[in-house]
Amino acid sequence: MSRAEATLRLETLLSAKEIVLTCGAGGVGKTTTAAAAAAMAATHLGGRVLALTVDPARRLAAALGLTEVGNTETRVTPAAFARAGVHPRGELWVAMLDTKASWDDLIRTHAPDAATRDAIIANPLYRNVTGKFVQSHDYIAMERLHEIHASGRYDLIVVDTPPTRNAIDFLDAPDRMAEFFSSRLLRWLIAPYRSRMFTTASKPFYAAADRVLGAQFLQDIAEFFILFQTMYDGFVDRAKAVTRILEDRRTTFVVVTTLDTAPAREAEFFVEALAERKYHLGAVVCNRMLPAYFGDRAGARAAEVMKGNADTLASLVARRVGDRDAMEGVLREVAENYLNYRMIAARELEQLSELTMPRELLVSVPALQRDVCSLADVLEVGRHLW
Amino acid sequence: MPAPALLDRRLLFVTGKGGVGKTSVAVALAALAASHGRRTLVCQIDAKGDLADVLETEPLTYKPREVLPGLYAMTMSTEESLKEYLRLQLRIPLLAKIGPLARTFDFVATAAPGVKEILTVGKLAYEVRERHYDLVVVDSSATGHVVGQLAAPEAIREVVRVGAVRNQVDWILDILQDPAQTGAVIVATAEEMPITETIELAASLGSNTHVDLAAVIVNQVLPELFGAREESLFESLRTATAHRKLVGEVGDGVDHVLDAAELAVARRRARAVHLDALNDALGATVPVVYLPFLFARRHGLRTTRRLSAALAAELGIEQ
Repeated sequence: MSRAEATLRLETLLSAKEIVLTCGAGGVGKTTTAAAAAAMAATHLGGRVLALTVDPARRLAAALGLTEVGNTETRVTPAAFARAGVHPRGELWVAMLDTKASWDDLIRTHAPDAATRDAIIANPLYRNVTGKFVQSHDYIAMERLHEIHASGRYDLIVVDTPPTRNAIDFLDAPDRMAEFFSSRLLRWLIAPYRSRMFTTASKPFYAAADRVLGAQFLQDIAEFFILFQTMYDGFVDRAKAVTRILEDRRTTFVVVTTLDTAPAREAEFFVEALAERKYHLGAVVCNRMLPAYFGDRAGARAAEVMKGNADTLASLVARRVGDRDAMEGVLREVAENYLNYRMIAARELEQLSELTMPRELLVSVPALQRDVCSLADVLEVGRHLW
Repeated sequence: MPAPALLDRRLLFVTGKGGVGKTSVAVALAALAASHGRRTLVCQIDAKGDLADVLETEPLTYKPREVLPGLYAMTMSTEESLKEYLRLQLRIPLLAKIGPLARTFDFVATAAPGVKEILTVGKLAYEVRERHYDLVVVDSSATGHVVGQLAAPEAIREVVRVGAVRNQVDWILDILQDPAQTGAVIVATAEEMPITETIELAASLGSNTHVDLAAVIVNQVLPELFGAREESLFESLRTATAHRKLVGEVGDGVDHVLDAAELAVARRRARAVHLDALNDALGATVPVVYLPFLFARRHGLRTTRRLSAALAAELGIEQ
């Protein structure tokens, strides 16, 4: 029984919220946690639940019946649940975020006319820019969330945030997008290409920029942004709406971490970032913990005796004389293995107790001994969260 | 022509998915080279990365600092790199006039594809060209972004038709595309996502860049507890007679010890599947280096030394 288990259950949180965003360092199990939370909500709370994911592992995607990349929302069939031995009260839907398609959709929505739309999509810089500029993956994920939420198609949306080294980037992406489009700097940058009138103040900059990049290239960029600026109002409005959703009390964040040093530090950093922005922190999931039996003193005692008396024990338990030496090796190996893992488990517990977030928000989830590759596995993870 | 040995190259880009120990492995490689008398620079690309933590040193700056004998460390800053470039290449020393340039720089750089990347890769190639170091080890961006970085010079050559940058790209490419000088190193753990990303990145490096994949380093490989014979002996411990004897001698805790062995075996098996997938995908073309999982205290310099020793053993280098 883990110490955090009794204090918080995701059931309470998910009953009250409409949007859940899971976040944390790369490789800690964000996507699985998001899928598990969504599956449990659909099973026990009912309603229509959507798990929106960015980049799921193949087998997890297969487990959820996600076969195609794209923005299509697919329902996990009742038959699939039945095979996992579960009869859900509600519906579970899944979708994978397609960054490129989402950007194209956005341009189609906001472009003032067909000519501008086609010019942007045909611009050679467009793909490159949507891939890089102002954390466009982060922005587009939030944008999709806004669109789906506004459609009113779902009771609960669980979003798995894009993997990013700097976990808070996506939180600020909508603001940064709005800031970018309204910035004087952008206007200043493209002004000469628009009016062909250089101001004295900007001259040294353009002179240097021209020498480094070449005037032609700068002009290409400027033209692209001039096209983009026609969508200014739409973008700024949407970015503001997305920020409002993140601040809404119906939205909550679930921070996922393992109890390794680096992810745990990042989780703490993230919790602080949420607090600064007055976003709601719903839970901190400590994922992939080793079983509690590694903390048991009886286990340690047994391992030490097995290691120390391996020779006599081997004579006792080996069925054939010829097996004695090999058995001695097995006993030592097994005992050493226990003591090795015990140290890792102890390190995890120490890390858990050092976490600065409120105790009552911690939920610990044990490691599955295999990859998550079926809906039954997803639900098993879910039961530890619930 | 056989591939040059890993540490005989001059510029190594170490990449990998988050959480696989990319930075620790980069430092272990750099420290190993430094301990063999090679003047080595380790450079972190991500300003928010944890290279300083792994080295247990003060926050790093753009200006390299000697952190261990013969090992220098720095953090990349595209703004500093631009200033240095303007000063050295274009002879524009005017720091005062750089003010407005620096302010707009971030926007220009994000807007103009490849500018940040070329300033990054350019600086690293410059250190190699000027022979400031025998080896430059780069703690690169994660798998998702590294191709963009390494492909930037070629991309720039296509979009930028004139200007000083265009002229610089050629010598940068000469260094990047020479397997004797430059190599990419992908770090992974034997788990589904890191291995999938490694396989995809290996393919993507080949099709989008001319940078040679020097090695794949599989980190945190779990030890094999026992072979087939030992495993059947282990299973016999679960039979009623043997189990009763064991409990009598060592106490009830024996079940935990046996459960732990099963956990270790299951974990290793789950991971073996991914290693097979990796080897199938790479074939014999790329050397795969295995580093053991370290049952260690928290990660720091001590862990790095152990990793360096393991690397030395795997690469056949005497410590």
